[in-house]
Amino acid sequence: MRKILTAAFVVLAAQLAAVGAWSQPQGEVVISRANIAPIVIAAPGFSGAGPHGTELAEIIRNNLGRSGLFSPVDPLRYIDKDVQFSTYPAFPNWKLVGSQYLVTGQVSRGASGLLTVDFRLWDVNAAQEVKGVGAHFEAAEESWRRIGHQISDKIYAQLTGEAGYFDTRIAFVSESGPKTAKRRVLTLMDQDGYNPQFLGGPDATAQIFTPRFSSSGQEVVYMALRDSGSQLYLFNLETSRTETLGRYEGMALGPRFSPDGSKVAFSVARRGNADIFVANVRAGGAPTQLTSDPNIDASPSFSPDGRQIVFNSDRAGSPQLYIMGADGAGARRLSSGSGRYTTPVWSPDPTDQWIAFTKQTGATFHIGIMRPDGSDERLLTESYLDEGPSWAPNGRLLIFSRESPGSGPRLWTVDLTGRIIQPAAYSGPGSDPGWSPMLK
Amino acid sequence: MRFDCHALVRISLIAVTAASLAACGSTKTPPPTVVIPPAKAEEAPPPIQPQGRGPVTQQQQPPLQQPTGRGPAVQPPPGVGPGSIQDFVLNVGERVYFDYNEYSIRTDARPILDAQATWLARYPAVNVRIEGNADERGTQEYNFALGERRANAVRDYLVSKGVAATRISVVSYGKERPIDARSNEEAWQRNRNGHTAIVSGTR
Repeated sequence: MRKILTAAFVVLAAQLAAVGAWSQPQGEVVISRANIAPIVIAAPGFSGAGPHGTELAEIIRNNLGRSGLFSPVDPLRYIDKDVQFSTYPAFPNWKLVGSQYLVTGQVSRGASGLLTVDFRLWDVNAAQEVKGVGAHFEAAEESWRRIGHQISDKIYAQLTGEAGYFDTRIAFVSESGPKTAKRRVLTLMDQDGYNPQFLGGPDATAQIFTPRFSSSGQEVVYMALRDSGSQLYLFNLETSRTETLGRYEGMALGPRFSPDGSKVAFSVARRGNADIFVANVRAGGAPTQLTSDPNIDASPSFSPDGRQIVFNSDRAGSPQLYIMGADGAGARRLSSGSGRYTTPVWSPDPTDQWIAFTKQTGATFHIGIMRPDGSDERLLTESYLDEGPSWAPNGRLLIFSRESPGSGPRLWTVDLTGRIIQPAAYSGPGSDPGWSPMLK
Repeated sequence: MRFDCHALVRISLIAVTAASLAACGSTKTPPPTVVIPPAKAEEAPPPIQPQGRGPVTQQQQPPLQQPTGRGPAVQPPPGVGPGSIQDFVLNVGERVYFDYNEYSIRTDARPILDAQATWLARYPAVNVRIEGNADERGTQEYNFALGERRANAVRDYLVSKGVAATRISVVSYGKERPIDARSNEEAWQRNRNGHTAIVSGTR
């Protein structure tokens, strides 16, 4: 198990809850089974003549706070309100407000017009800089928020021992209209809910489903539904070009990229039978059929090494999880509990392998995880309707959609311990989230 | 209030913008933080190649009329001509229902499908699309596959009663097009259905 989780800490649920409430104006935060003391950190506004100094510090506090592993000190409690990057911090003043770590930074505009940002991380108790973390950034001004995310990632990685996930985007479906006449629009946003882009889709009649990123982060594959049926599309984020991924007799569903981005696995339902196929993205040609039993085989997801595919099938009666080779050979059942298992998705972290899924038990839905050998099943959430988990690139966090009776779905996140559950930082109706890899 | 809102949407589905849909939805849910602009259409590219990859085609769907009536009416209202969509909906029945997670044709669905087959024999120019639907108590992709099974069960039944397979197309809307927006057992029962939609050939 991972470093931060194995350490024995005291229960500080109240502190965790305060973090969540502070970062979520809706006050809808549910944090359960909290038993990790978050790292207390202060990040005063960056000094310097450049713009966005206050907001950069705010991005860092928000990111770290929302992770649940940090507790940012409320800036109103700071003794030093105006912290200069060039001077040595007054450590006793930061110790007095309970901070274990301190982030300082400065922003300036370089001669080339680029935004220049420097930051340092300080260990308050040791009264010295944490070496090897602080960095210098130069970026076009419109990318300034990404600098805040990259600084957050460096601090998170240094202090938790795990890779960060803040410099990422989420593809999802914005929903509007009543349940009986929904409009579903392809949408991209930063993981913290900023910069939403509404991309529509191939045309105005298409309702968008299951957008998922390629491992390069440059392409999104999704399904579009029209009155006449479904079709799969590839959207290139750099060129804004949309391409079809062939047309199939029947309903093409649930596309996902292989880890190297060369293939897309999906299922096709026709004549009352759904099977799994793999299409070659670059070379084209007829897709390869991987399953051929007369049952519903759907929702394929590749292992991080690309050699295996997890999927769900009702060949044994109710939908259960199965793993097969990427060539379709050697399918074996994975899930063994009672209940209905669907939407499996393999963690991108090859060093700590999990498969996340949706599980329905009676009237309740769960997001859960299990090992690729079917062991160690854990249910992380429970609600009227939770579905469709997608992993953050560090394999520590899942985003999924949650629906309450009579209301539209919202995006939520849960960490893989199940302790930190909260609405995603986007308050509009949304479903079908797909987390990007780390941005390049 | 809610019902009015839905009816309005149904009537104006074709031309209505996403923004006004969002406004309509906001009568029962908190307003979203962001207003979704209307989807932008791509440039019209050359036609698509079957079974191959290519540029995006712009598909113009004919407006789909979905009357809200269920089951045979005792007395057809004036103005319902024989062979019309209204005739089919009111006097035959456009929808049959399924049990939870099932796709076998229920006993109570057979008379309706028999009547559909008879009606389609009388009006041989009519083509239909069987739309399979599922309730919200399942995940999306699985429900698309389940709806497809239901639509095919209806299709197979109609074919067994003499309707030419070439007149029937099949689609699944999964849980995406409920006819009852509520979250209770009665709504789920209504939303597990096979809908026979007339797509062409009526008078």
